[in-house]
Amino acid sequence: MAPAIFDEMGLSDNEVRTAYLTLRDWLKETPPEILTLRREEAETFFRRIGITFAVYGEGGDPERIIPFDIIPRILEAAEWDQISAGLIQRVKALNAFIADIYGKQEIIRAGIIPREQVMTNETFRPEMVGLEVPFNIYTHIAGIDMVRVGPEEFYVLEDNCRTPSGVSYMLENREITMRLFPDLFSRYNVAPVDHYCDDLLSTLSSVAPRNCEGDPTVAVLTPGVFNSAYYEHSFLADQMGVELVEGPDLYVKNDIVYMRTTQGAKRVDVIYRRVDDEFLDPEAFNPESMLGVAGLMSAYRAGNVTLTNAVGAGIADDKAIYTYVPHMIEFYLGEKPIMKNVPTHRCADPGEMAYVLDRLDELVVKEVHGSGGYGMLIGPKATKEERAVFAERIKAEPDKYIAQPTLALSTCPTFVNEGVAPRHVDLRPFVLSGKEIRVVPGGLTRVALKEGSLVVNSSQGGGTKDTWVLRGK
Amino acid sequence: MLSRTADNLFWIARYMERAENIARMLRVTDRLSLMPSSTEGEGTEWQSTLIVSGTEDIYYDKYDEVTPENVIFFLAFDRDNPSSIRNCIELARRNARAVRTAMTTEQWEALNGAWLELPSWDETRLRGSGLHRFLDWVKERSLLFYGTTIATMLRRDSYYFTRLGTFIERGDNTARILDVKYHLLLPDNVRVGGGIDFYQWAAILRAVSGYRSYHALYKEGIKPWLIAEFVILHDQMPRSLVSCSSAINDCLENLTVEYGEKNDAYRIAGQIHSQLRYGKVEDIFNQGLHEFLSSYIERNHKLGQEISRSYLLG
Repeated sequence: MAPAIFDEMGLSDNEVRTAYLTLRDWLKETPPEILTLRREEAETFFRRIGITFAVYGEGGDPERIIPFDIIPRILEAAEWDQISAGLIQRVKALNAFIADIYGKQEIIRAGIIPREQVMTNETFRPEMVGLEVPFNIYTHIAGIDMVRVGPEEFYVLEDNCRTPSGVSYMLENREITMRLFPDLFSRYNVAPVDHYCDDLLSTLSSVAPRNCEGDPTVAVLTPGVFNSAYYEHSFLADQMGVELVEGPDLYVKNDIVYMRTTQGAKRVDVIYRRVDDEFLDPEAFNPESMLGVAGLMSAYRAGNVTLTNAVGAGIADDKAIYTYVPHMIEFYLGEKPIMKNVPTHRCADPGEMAYVLDRLDELVVKEVHGSGGYGMLIGPKATKEERAVFAERIKAEPDKYIAQPTLALSTCPTFVNEGVAPRHVDLRPFVLSGKEIRVVPGGLTRVALKEGSLVVNSSQGGGTKDTWVLRGK
Repeated sequence: MLSRTADNLFWIARYMERAENIARMLRVTDRLSLMPSSTEGEGTEWQSTLIVSGTEDIYYDKYDEVTPENVIFFLAFDRDNPSSIRNCIELARRNARAVRTAMTTEQWEALNGAWLELPSWDETRLRGSGLHRFLDWVKERSLLFYGTTIATMLRRDSYYFTRLGTFIERGDNTARILDVKYHLLLPDNVRVGGGIDFYQWAAILRAVSGYRSYHALYKEGIKPWLIAEFVILHDQMPRSLVSCSSAINDCLENLTVEYGEKNDAYRIAGQIHSQLRYGKVEDIFNQGLHEFLSSYIERNHKLGQEISRSYLLG
């Protein structure tokens, strides 16, 4: 039996939730032609300022815009307070976990996480063992993927501790909504998000190496224009007023990182890198990498530069490690987890695998290291043949897979070709950790534009929405 | 600022200026080809445009004969021609994407707008009025970028590198346009100073947006040495070589102040400028106009290389 789906506005007139009353009235009084017109304006705006992302290997326009749904998603102040507290607690625990793993490994010694889950994990970086980082922070910018299944029920689906993207959409979506719908916006008391980049810069500056004198020089390291998130990299550098650098712009001499400028070499103290670990330094990792900087790891180990997020932070967002996060919260913070994990079955465990294979038609199966909605099986939507193929894959490499129950993701009113209709959404808020820990009220709401679809990833036809957090009375 | 960023800004400005100048050359050539010339002269205008744009060799790698259709396609749209208008706009926009943070929103929108509109031009219909609409569009887009640069950029190093790109390219292009006269042979039986000769000189003025200003300044008919003086030495003429070199000098002067350091680029630019500033058109004609222009193009090119070496390669 399909579980009941929670709609965040309320599907019928007599069950509209308080936060959505004004929006509902506005939708009623606004003719569809106006909505269509506004949607076209939004698309022109995104194209004109070049907010595009790249999709490779599918032919067609390589620079696409992520469809923007003009109807905002609204969260009450009280709902957000709960989410925010849960996020801060969770990210604190994740940072404590990474510090522990590259330090004393107490959580392993306490028998809470099996040693081999960590030590044989591809994301574990032995280079990081014993290396001290400022404030013991490893994941300075974390994106936590959440879903909602009921009025009070939120689940964390996935933690992104490496180089989470999407925050530029959170900011640009707000920008465009305020521009297109000033009347609707002014009827609400929406908490602002535009200080995100200031918060980001102070977070990055706060983790400068100890030997850095004066204002630290911060730079954003991008793989370059062909990266799918390039727009975001340039946007963030621009908003922070720092240089956007590529590997060849940097070099290391005597364990100090410099950038090449028109006035000669300039020392760099903090690098917000959007390049994956493996490509950061051809001397330490992938020798073929053209994106990195030779000697960077050595400068990092010498304590002359801070990399954000830290190398090896991925150990905390692996889908197999995910299942232990509630235990981490209790172990490091001595607190009860505020936010729930989705019950997860690790196929590496023979008993769990048998359970999963038995119920493939009701579970979602994911690759432990997969992302972007690729390499997953949504049991109830898959054909018998697809399930059979997946069963074989799981049996061949059980430790590569986990499975979760198919959640009834909440829906939000969305303006699609058929008119305004409910579509499934998730939420990715962003947590900044440095000397302080901060969350801007909101996040990126992703929406599956196809009717009934649960896949919100932009690479799979998902769109985005502006996310409004209302301010308390 | 990052050397790569400065380099990109420099080249964005060069590509946009180049696109505009190719458009100017195409317009003039198209106009000349409509002139009543003898049959032997057929095609020389198009041939000379190829020579002047410095793309003759690449053209003959691909095409056997010079036809208006081929030359227009080659200069406007051909991806095999690195200096085609399409390539210039695409390269400018690609460079701009790589240095978004160093540009103003208005500059970016000028370039991105050009890039977004480019595919809507039907390359198969570029004759007659279609060609002119396209060339107008290119010129407008280039001027929009030029205008946004002046109107919106902070007056600091990034601005000066952008302007350097514009004027190094413009100096080169103006010299090349003037040099057209050297390559543009008069048909055998036509007398120097006759009707066709007149049209050719007038066309040069039009190509540098100087037809009316020439008349306003000189109050004279079309006279080759006056035109040369106007296009090379007149400091009120914004596309003249002396104006370009004066602007280049100012940029390098400002960079020298900002960075507190003089270098070879600064010195070379000063030498070129003083030669133009104190030059006389009689001396230029004595040396030979073509020789003078070739030597200028060569030195301007060296200056561009020196700017790269001093600032842009890091």
